[in-house]
Amino acid sequence: MSDEIRPEQNPSPESDGSRRNFLKVAAGALGACYVGGMGYPVYRYLASPVEKAESATAVKEVVLDQAASLPKNTSLMFKFGSKPAMLIHHDDDTWTAVSAVCTHLGCTAGYEPNEKRIFCPCHGGVYDAKTGANVAGPPPKPLEQFQVKNVDGKVVVSRA
Amino acid sequence: MPEPKKTNSGVYEWLDERLGISDIVELATHKRVPEHKHSFWYYWGGITLFFFIVMCLSGVLLLVYYRPGDEAYESVRQITYDIHFGWLIRSTHSWAANLMVASAFVHMFSAYFMKAYRKPREFLWWTGIVLLLLAMTFGFSGYLLPMDELAFFATKVGLSIPAVIPGVGPWISDMIRGGPEISSFTVSRFFALHVVILPALFIPVLMMHLGLVQKHGMSIPESEEAKPEHMRKTIPFFPNFAMKDLAVWLIALNVLALCAALYPWDLGPAADALKPAPMDIHPEWYFMSSFQVLKLFGNWFPGAAGEFIGLGIFNLGLVLWVAIPFFDTKTPAGKWGRRATWFGFFALTILVVTTVWGYAVLPPAP
Repeated sequence: MSDEIRPEQNPSPESDGSRRNFLKVAAGALGACYVGGMGYPVYRYLASPVEKAESATAVKEVVLDQAASLPKNTSLMFKFGSKPAMLIHHDDDTWTAVSAVCTHLGCTAGYEPNEKRIFCPCHGGVYDAKTGANVAGPPPKPLEQFQVKNVDGKVVVSRA
Repeated sequence: MPEPKKTNSGVYEWLDERLGISDIVELATHKRVPEHKHSFWYYWGGITLFFFIVMCLSGVLLLVYYRPGDEAYESVRQITYDIHFGWLIRSTHSWAANLMVASAFVHMFSAYFMKAYRKPREFLWWTGIVLLLLAMTFGFSGYLLPMDELAFFATKVGLSIPAVIPGVGPWISDMIRGGPEISSFTVSRFFALHVVILPALFIPVLMMHLGLVQKHGMSIPESEEAKPEHMRKTIPFFPNFAMKDLAVWLIALNVLALCAALYPWDLGPAADALKPAPMDIHPEWYFMSSFQVLKLFGNWFPGAAGEFIGLGIFNLGLVLWVAIPFFDTKTPAGKWGRRATWFGFFALTILVVTTVWGYAVLPPAP
């Protein structure tokens, strides 16, 4: 401490200064190690559900066991990965599977049998029931469309 | 010494005028801490505080995934096995709890034998005892939250103790349990106690405890007090003592990290009320002494009488412990001062012997 107050007594103030700087850098680096060592597990802990959901969205195919008996002009909501999706059985016996996440602000849209359209109640977005194309209201993009196959009485929905 | 830098920064001045920062800086630069051959014991309060801060932070992290009620066990299973590093956060919380209670005991006994409870520090002694009892209640309530087998039966035993109080005892036990048996209601109650009620009680008492240390300064032992004032050595609080304190905290952090990582806390099988209690059932180590004493008295006096007598002796000891500032008042120590020291050794011996005894007679885990 006395060196600091009376620098004229210090034989080599320059080397003292560099030593001081070295200690500062070393203490800073050690502190950074501690912050990182504690921060990394905490970050991974908090991010855990996000990482799990990301691996769930990697899902390529969903098999719906009971869906083949779905009556005409009705729909079935199911989870494709972590996100809601819908399967529609049309009057002409064709099938459509689209994501149910509205492209506007992420509400869950639903099939309306009377209007034969997909409607999002949050802001009145309207999509075509056969293609998922955005036809009215605020949605900027069509709903993501999946491929539908009937295999042995089961409906297989897969990402295109 | 030149004035501490308070020029060159308009922001500093703006804040200082409104918040009085320079008063705090002034206090920190002029505050001095006694230094003598017993100074080692001054760090244990700070260590306890450090572990308490760790408890708060790791507790908030556990709160992110823990679900009280019916899902309690499943949520702790997820934290321990599914969530990344969940085992480490949980292990840190459990280890810090034990290390906190341990350092609180060291802090208490060092304050006792240095006679730090004497005038004007009686309220430091009493707030300290309140904090220790609250910390033990934290421990007891937290022990149940995972709802595994050991937690279930340890809590069952613990809650049957107040039931021996004549008259109101069974009612008290039922009210704490939220029913005649430990259930998801009990977990929800203990959860509310553990994360809301106890912190709301603990933090103001802790603030009072810390404020009083600030007001009265650290107590010095008699050997120091006997010296004339100019012979007593002191060091500045800032930076000297603060840096030493920081170094001690760093050691505490390393010990905690090693314990939590190398000896991760176990999760037993889910609680099942229809299974017999596990052979090695026991409470946390800081309840082991009272557990063993109750067991002994239960053997000597069959029925509820044994527990009642054991409980009575423990409470009498606690009352004497609280009242010690009234008996031991004189400096330098007279007859009562020496008696207080012997009483302290007696209490410490009983605690250590019954704790070791309790572990010695514990059957090994299956």
